Amino acid sequence: MPLVKIRDLHFYRGNRAIFDGVNIDIERGKVTAIMGPSGTGKTTLLKLIGGQLRPHQGTIEVDGQDVHKLSHSQLYELRKRMGMLFQSGALLTDLNVYDNVAFPLREHTDLPESLIRDLVLMKLQSVGLRNARNMSPNELSGGMARRVALARAVALEPMMIMYDEPFTGQDPISMGTLVNLIHRMNDAMGLTSIVVSHDVAETAEIADNIYLLSDGKIIEQGTTLQLKHSSSQWVQQFMQGLPDGPVPFHYGGRDYADDLLNPEENA
Amino acid sequence: MINLIRSLGRWGLGTFERQGRAHLFLFNMLLGIPGLFLRFSLVVQQLFSVGVLSILIILISGLFVGMVLGLQGYNTLVDFGAEESLGVLVSLSLVRELGPVVSALLFAGRAGSALTAEIGLMKSTEQLSGMEMMAVDPIRRIIAPRFLAGIIAMPLLAAIFSAVGILGGFLVGHGLLGVDDGAFWSQMQAKTDLYDDILNGVIKSVVFGFVVTWIALFEGHDATPTSEGVGRATTRTVVHSAFAILGLDFVLTALMFGDE
Ligand SMILES: Nc1ncnc2c1ncn2[C@@H]1O[C@H](COP(=O)(O)OP(=O)(O)O)[C@@H](O)[C@H]1O
Ligand SMILES: [Mg+2]
Repeated sequence: MPLVKIRDLHFYRGNRAIFDGVNIDIERGKVTAIMGPSGTGKTTLLKLIGGQLRPHQGTIEVDGQDVHKLSHSQLYELRKRMGMLFQSGALLTDLNVYDNVAFPLREHTDLPESLIRDLVLMKLQSVGLRNARNMSPNELSGGMARRVALARAVALEPMMIMYDEPFTGQDPISMGTLVNLIHRMNDAMGLTSIVVSHDVAETAEIADNIYLLSDGKIIEQGTTLQLKHSSSQWVQQFMQGLPDGPVPFHYGGRDYADDLLNPEENA
Repeated sequence: MINLIRSLGRWGLGTFERQGRAHLFLFNMLLGIPGLFLRFSLVVQQLFSVGVLSILIILISGLFVGMVLGLQGYNTLVDFGAEESLGVLVSLSLVRELGPVVSALLFAGRAGSALTAEIGLMKSTEQLSGMEMMAVDPIRRIIAPRFLAGIIAMPLLAAIFSAVGILGGFLVGHGLLGVDDGAFWSQMQAKTDLYDDILNGVIKSVVFGFVVTWIALFEGHDATPTSEGVGRATTRTVVHSAFAILGLDFVLTALMFGDE
């Protein structure tokens, strides 16, 4: 049985359908990537899975529980077993690195401070930032902040972890580090990972399964290899990053020549 | 015309919806308060940033308001040969009206705007969302302690304001204008009632603390999560708080002193 089961998901922002009948299975122990152009609703999908948003139709089950039928306290119990890595890291800016990682432990357990220290140092060691523990979040580079956030997300030993665009805006070295870390965390801790991204090369490197999302629908799914050899032009354009194809380079609207020749209509 | 009615309707609906959200927010904050007594250190931290950091502006403003009251009061009273009553005038004006009202206005500008900016920034940097996903309810962990701290701090600040103001009135009245100090203090003591004046003043400032902190926290929590949105929310906090304070002051004054 898949860990996350999404069935017939519909979600609207105003009149616009962000999801229009989406089915996704996230298999246990695997890295599943959900890819699509910016603004397709990848972050929205993670918030739906985490119960921060409510679908207009359809169901999302996590570990057999329907996320949107749970009570407030049941939902919070479930969230203790889900980690989420926000695009910005979402570290608490008034706490230093150490206290950020200790935060979920202090909030949810009664462990003595000496044990918390051991756990925090262990998690920070695994992301290579044990010696940065006294730094404040605004002293960290973007890549370091994400690694601290990762250490914090796994502090309570969750069953799954959701990454929101972990590679966006990273230099090649920290990109490599993050790819490596996500892969290692998944295998070493027996996690299930969901990676949401539009960085095709890096994501394809670690993903077992890929879902391609566009215009509110899943347009292709399969293993990384299957997608690379897909016959769909759209998939090829996305996977290879071609500037023009089924998704046009130009935003729809008036014709260029017409626009140049009739400037007065541009009011 | 149709468009006007339509946009009026939209504005009305939007306002009601916002009111609904604000009251739901208040309800959730209140639910979070009992749990705070188990972790009172969270409230103490906020008492420092909401209360202690506002003391300087309260001290300085209180002193000057008191001094001005001394000058103006003396000028009026001396015509009737009643300058000995300066102490009563200064203390009643401060304890009943100016202490609660002016300190609440200052509190909204100093602490309220800071609260809105802080919460708005936490929202726009996804810290609140991140906390929710760590199964920590931000309303209980972040918002409720600030709310309680605001309610506790406000009457204390108003009391400091009034005390310093009376001192300012005395300095001007006795030191500068030569009002007899014995008469100043004894008339004040005789005419200022613990329940009618002081307690009513305290009730006012508790109400103001409640409302200002509620507005500030709600505006921060409801802000559009951009730097522009947080800026606008901060402005709204100060403006709405000022209206709320002055409006409520009229209502409370009518209720408390209206039948005298
Ligand atoms: N709070 C919001 N209110 C209205 N529209 C939103 C909100 N958040 C996101 N959207 C819209 O929903 C769409 C999907 O957003 P998002 O999930 O952030 O996309 P992605 O993460 O794939 O870039 C976007 O077009 C965005 O403009
Ligand atoms: Mg996104």
